[in-house]
Amino acid sequence: MQAFEYARPSTVQEAVSLLGNSWEDANLLAGGTDLLSLMKDYIHTPKRLVSLKGIKELEGIRKSAGGLRIGALVTLEELLRNPDVRKEYPSLAAAARGVASPQMRNMGTVGGDLCQRPRCWYFRLGFGLLAKGPNGESLVPSGDNRYHAIFNNRGPAYFVSASSFGPPLVALGATVNLVSPSGTRELPVEKFFVAPATENARENVLAPNEILTEILVPPAAGVRNATYEVRQKMALDYPLATASVALRMRGNTVASARIVLGHVAPVPWRAQAAEKALTGKTLNAAAIEEAAKAAVQGATPLSMNGYKVQLASVAVKRALEEAAQART
Amino acid sequence: MATIKFTVNGTARSVETEPERPLLEVLREDLGLTGTKYGCGEGQCGACTVLLDGRPTLSCITPAREVQGRKVTTIEGLAANGKLHPVQQAFVEESAMQCGYCTPGMVLRTVSLLERNPNPTDGEIIEGLNGHLCRCNGYHRIVAAVRRAAVLAGKQS
Repeated sequence: MQAFEYARPSTVQEAVSLLGNSWEDANLLAGGTDLLSLMKDYIHTPKRLVSLKGIKELEGIRKSAGGLRIGALVTLEELLRNPDVRKEYPSLAAAARGVASPQMRNMGTVGGDLCQRPRCWYFRLGFGLLAKGPNGESLVPSGDNRYHAIFNNRGPAYFVSASSFGPPLVALGATVNLVSPSGTRELPVEKFFVAPATENARENVLAPNEILTEILVPPAAGVRNATYEVRQKMALDYPLATASVALRMRGNTVASARIVLGHVAPVPWRAQAAEKALTGKTLNAAAIEEAAKAAVQGATPLSMNGYKVQLASVAVKRALEEAAQART
Repeated sequence: MATIKFTVNGTARSVETEPERPLLEVLREDLGLTGTKYGCGEGQCGACTVLLDGRPTLSCITPAREVQGRKVTTIEGLAANGKLHPVQQAFVEESAMQCGYCTPGMVLRTVSLLERNPNPTDGEIIEGLNGHLCRCNGYHRIVAAVRRAAVLAGKQS
């Protein structure tokens, strides 16, 4: 690991002032479960680490009439144990539970989950975010792409968003607050994630001198929500495909639906055809089946990941079945 | 260089170290506490687990500076007055180790698991130890050891 300076500010303003104009100047440290591995592999080589752990205002979960406020430093374990989250936001609790090791849940933070880098093995082995070979073409389409994207994968990005909370937060219509020297901006989680167009771009809109400070989730009373993750094994690993759903009901009829897939595209992926298929329908087995099929319409799997199309469809089906059973 | 003051196994310690060093290295090299093991170095295997303020934490990806003022428990801190901790005793009685490399991490995680849940089901034990790999594949005996530890700890309290 390359030597670095360590700073531990106690306010967000101070932290922002310690950041630089490039990712090489400084990186933010929260739980460190992703960042330290990246640094040990020389994928990130920042001159300075700015620890957020001393900043009290980034802690805590608060419920109010306006919804749920989750500080960026809240750990996965705190989120999972929060009674409001368990009761009203089962889609978030399931995503936290999916990170299967107690150590990861104790150390990892919600903000860190949203900002973690992709698991694409070309990226992790030093070929860059866009995995370009010597002739400038991506290595992914002709390489080992079994864990890569099946949607939005016409290049230059082929990786999948690794975030566990991205899909449920997009489904619930959450927003994030980002603080930089020029002020605070609030934007939908859906707009936070982007598919990078160039090697120097990133998979989210954060600038090198900007901090994700909190997540704001609208009230979910009466919104049936669920997350289902399909994985190769029950032990600690990233899922192969996930689905998060949030349904606003009118009696037994779906008034509006948000269905978001994880680990299938460079961003949490709205399955709009499935949302449309479900809206106005009675929430029964036939409607769920139809939505699960619609969710993977238009998928463009690569040479080795056709299996993910079926997994994504099953994830949608099971998430909807859970939501259908939920009492609200 | 930075001065890090923290409590290790109940004793106040102070070390001069580069800030980027992982806690694991400080424990093993500066304090001579080699019971904590280096497995993968990137937070995937659980061998380096210590208790930080009572919570299982991966010391290989925890920068030393993060433990300033906090309490660390390593495997060396469990036995009291020459008597093994009930969890250690249970691992011995069940022969829950072959090479033993994963054992310190497994034992510390079990201590924290039983504090929170004194009578775990097998499912809860397996879920609780999910962050630990045993390359000898001795998982059955490890689960049995945790069950036995719950009994021993119950008798003691």
